[in-house]
Amino acid sequence: MDDPFVIAGQSLSSRLILGTGGAPSLDVLDAALVASGADMCTVAMRRLEPSTRGSVLDVLDRRGVRVLPNTAGCHTAREAVLTAQLAREALNTSWVKLEVIADDDTLLPDGTELVEAALELVADGFTVLPYTNDDPILARRLEQAGCVAVMPLGSPIGTGLGIRNPHNIEMIVTGSSVPVILDAGIGTASDAALAMELGCDGVLLASAVTRSQDPALMAEAMAAAVVAGRAARRAGRIPQRWHARASSPGEGLVQT
Amino acid sequence: MELTVNGEVRQITDAATVADLLTSAGAPDRGSAVAVDGVVVPRSEWQTWRLRPGQRVELVHAVQGG
Repeated sequence: MDDPFVIAGQSLSSRLILGTGGAPSLDVLDAALVASGADMCTVAMRRLEPSTRGSVLDVLDRRGVRVLPNTAGCHTAREAVLTAQLAREALNTSWVKLEVIADDDTLLPDGTELVEAALELVADGFTVLPYTNDDPILARRLEQAGCVAVMPLGSPIGTGLGIRNPHNIEMIVTGSSVPVILDAGIGTASDAALAMELGCDGVLLASAVTRSQDPALMAEAMAAAVVAGRAARRAGRIPQRWHARASSPGEGLVQT
Repeated sequence: MELTVNGEVRQITDAATVADLLTSAGAPDRGSAVAVDGVVVPRSEWQTWRLRPGQRVELVHAVQGG
């Protein structure tokens, strides 16, 4: 592959990372996962419900995809660190999608708690991929804290509002020496393509696929969008200009 | 003895281990983890880690999410 996607020394075959939340059933999730071509998926950690039949891990293991546990729902660094430690023990991985949210209404990351949790987890040997705001300075702080990637939101989780501040995402890309993964807010395929065109290294999404009317078909669309957006970025788009510029020759025109 | 497991008070056998508790709770081996009083119990110590009265236990597992 001439354009490898590498995080913390690990090569991933797809730049699309699939969140498993929101799928109405494990069968639907399985079909979407296959259609997405993703080889890394997130899971959450929750209190045990013995009545639950079947596990998301059965699906992920069967498809041979890497499991990325998250700390979704944590409001403090302390909660996030404990959840990450539990996930490491449960899933035998030191990789964690670090999520520390400020409140349940916005689900926006709490920058102060996020950096504190990142520092603690890095010191504890974790490979930390933080879900963060579209704030270039906070992204820089997280990279300085030792995170292996930064994952800015396009817009709040589950909103499908797309990328509200493309300029900030570009600034994060420009200022970052670790992979940038657009995480949250994707609504449809053009949002994912835009993320890649802006220079992101990957896209992480869940609801846009799992809550669409046809998750497998939307997963296929997202996979194609990420590939197309990446190719467009690498190809180098034409500059935008105010005045028209003909592509046909100006000379040799027919005279009447 | 009395313990708090996932926020609920439960009676369990005296001298039970973390492994005993996981078994009685029907926890799947893959994807489960345990914290006692806010400290994660390593998988390698589940068989020997004895629970004590009044402890707070969190039993978690992996679910679909974000």
